[in-house]
Amino acid sequence: MKAKQKSNESLQRLRRRIRAASELVMNIFFFLCGILAIGCVALISVYMILSGIPAIREIGLGEFLLGKVWASTASEPKFGILPFILTSIYGTVGATLIGVPIGLMTAVFLAKIAPRRLADKIRPAVDLLAGIPSVVYGLIGVSVLVPFIAAVFDLPKGTSLFAAILVLSVMILPSIISVSETALSAVPPEYEEASLALGATQIETIFKVSIPAAKSGIAAGVVLGIGRAIGEAMAVMMVAGNVANMPSLFGSVTFLTTAISKEMSYSSGLQRQALFSIALVLFLFIMLINVLLNILLKKNAKGGR
Amino acid sequence: MEDRRIDQRLPARRRMYDRVLRFVIWGCAVLCILLVVSLIGYILIRGLPNISWQLLSSQESYLNKTIGILPSILNTLYIIIAALLIVLPLGVGAAVYLNEYAKSGRLVRIIEFTTETLAGIPSIIYGLVGMMFFCQLLSLKTSLLSGALTLVIMILPTIVRTTQESLKTVPESYREGALGLGATKWYMIRTIILPSCIDGIVTGCILAIGRIVGESAALLFTAGMGLKLLGGFFTAMGGSGATLSVALYIYAMERGKFDVAFAVAAVLMVIVLVINFAAKQLGSRLKNKR
Repeated sequence: MKAKQKSNESLQRLRRRIRAASELVMNIFFFLCGILAIGCVALISVYMILSGIPAIREIGLGEFLLGKVWASTASEPKFGILPFILTSIYGTVGATLIGVPIGLMTAVFLAKIAPRRLADKIRPAVDLLAGIPSVVYGLIGVSVLVPFIAAVFDLPKGTSLFAAILVLSVMILPSIISVSETALSAVPPEYEEASLALGATQIETIFKVSIPAAKSGIAAGVVLGIGRAIGEAMAVMMVAGNVANMPSLFGSVTFLTTAISKEMSYSSGLQRQALFSIALVLFLFIMLINVLLNILLKKNAKGGR
Repeated sequence: MEDRRIDQRLPARRRMYDRVLRFVIWGCAVLCILLVVSLIGYILIRGLPNISWQLLSSQESYLNKTIGILPSILNTLYIIIAALLIVLPLGVGAAVYLNEYAKSGRLVRIIEFTTETLAGIPSIIYGLVGMMFFCQLLSLKTSLLSGALTLVIMILPTIVRTTQESLKTVPESYREGALGLGATKWYMIRTIILPSCIDGIVTGCILAIGRIVGESAALLFTAGMGLKLLGGFFTAMGGSGATLSVALYIYAMERGKFDVAFAVAAVLMVIVLVINFAAKQLGSRLKNKR
């Protein structure tokens, strides 16, 4: 009898100990999961910097960033990535110039003009644009847009910066539309009512009150779109032609992203290291955009309240 | 704001301003809708007729001169399963940590910032880091496993964000009730918190599947471009193979077989449509619960 009680007690003690241990284990597990994101970002940053620096050292920072000729496989190789940097910037600016007005106007339509039931039908369709894989955009670009451009502008080949800009501007639409719409809907109705009561028309109210009030949210949407455009690889690779020319609107060009993906599979030695350096430049661009986005979103969260 | 007609007494210039801008807004909205409809319509019209049972159920054969995308379908499936199996505990765990355990606001802010950063890094950079870290450093070679692990980092933010959103909707009283009855923290999370935010987790999974299906740049250098059947799940994990998106790229750009590429695009499009619909459905359920 006594022995049984004793074993019972020890069993209970064991159980309590197991419970305490599992509690501790789970605590540690959740903590590790929590800091996993920090670890990943650290890993990516360290890898990007470590693998990107050697080639820049060997080539020279000035020559690398400002060199106008990229001839990685020539007998006397040259590694200047200015064409890629400029192409990426021009491409992104072009896509923003086309995508932002259209996206912003559509966001205005969804948030302020369209009847709610119509807006609820259109919104999922726009979200669908975000879900289409980038290779599908590329496929349509290369099989419809590129021949079209070649025919209209009488070019031997339609693969060009212009084609890439058009594809990118469609791809950034969903981020611009959804973020700007959220920002526009969050404008306090009192602002708009005051403007209407003062005799402004609905359109005047939208453009002189609502949009200025939502500007940091709209800016966040634009920056998000820019980030997407500058980081896009596959769709651009399929329509831009991938020749390392200095950018011209109807010329075949190479973006930062496509320079990496085009040569990575067969590269070696300094060429491979130079590709990692391109990735480092791209990574720095993206980090800059991320920080900017974060500042804008914070500003927006404060302004909304 | 019921009466939206322009007041006829307005000066002509303001009336003009109103008309022109209203026209521009409608024009842009119509353009966007036309774009969506024509894009999807075009893919389906050009792709669906090229889909045949033989295409979906066999692999490429040089002898019979037939093309099949079964290997790519299986690879896509395998990568989805592997990536989700790994990312689910990690992502849900991170969200639980942020919402239930973390005490220091500064650490939470840092974690949230890095999670956002991860979401903004372009896939080509994931591809490079995955290639260096998983394929070379951990010597997993170019394989589906390397690809899946790379995607794990990529979709981590999606899972964390959606799980966190739905953890926030679990009423505080549930936690207080469970703890008041003497449950330990892990017991409370296991039996009360996680079951009541299951639809948020599922929504996250669906969004993550959408991203995996559409991903190509990150997989090109990590999972490779093989188009052969790899066998069962575990043998396939060690082999290199193309997912549907990568296969689309190969067929369109390297083989010039646009018919097959459009067929793959149509398959992808159908998957995307299903995923979007499912996510919408779950999302609205989540909203109703709130």
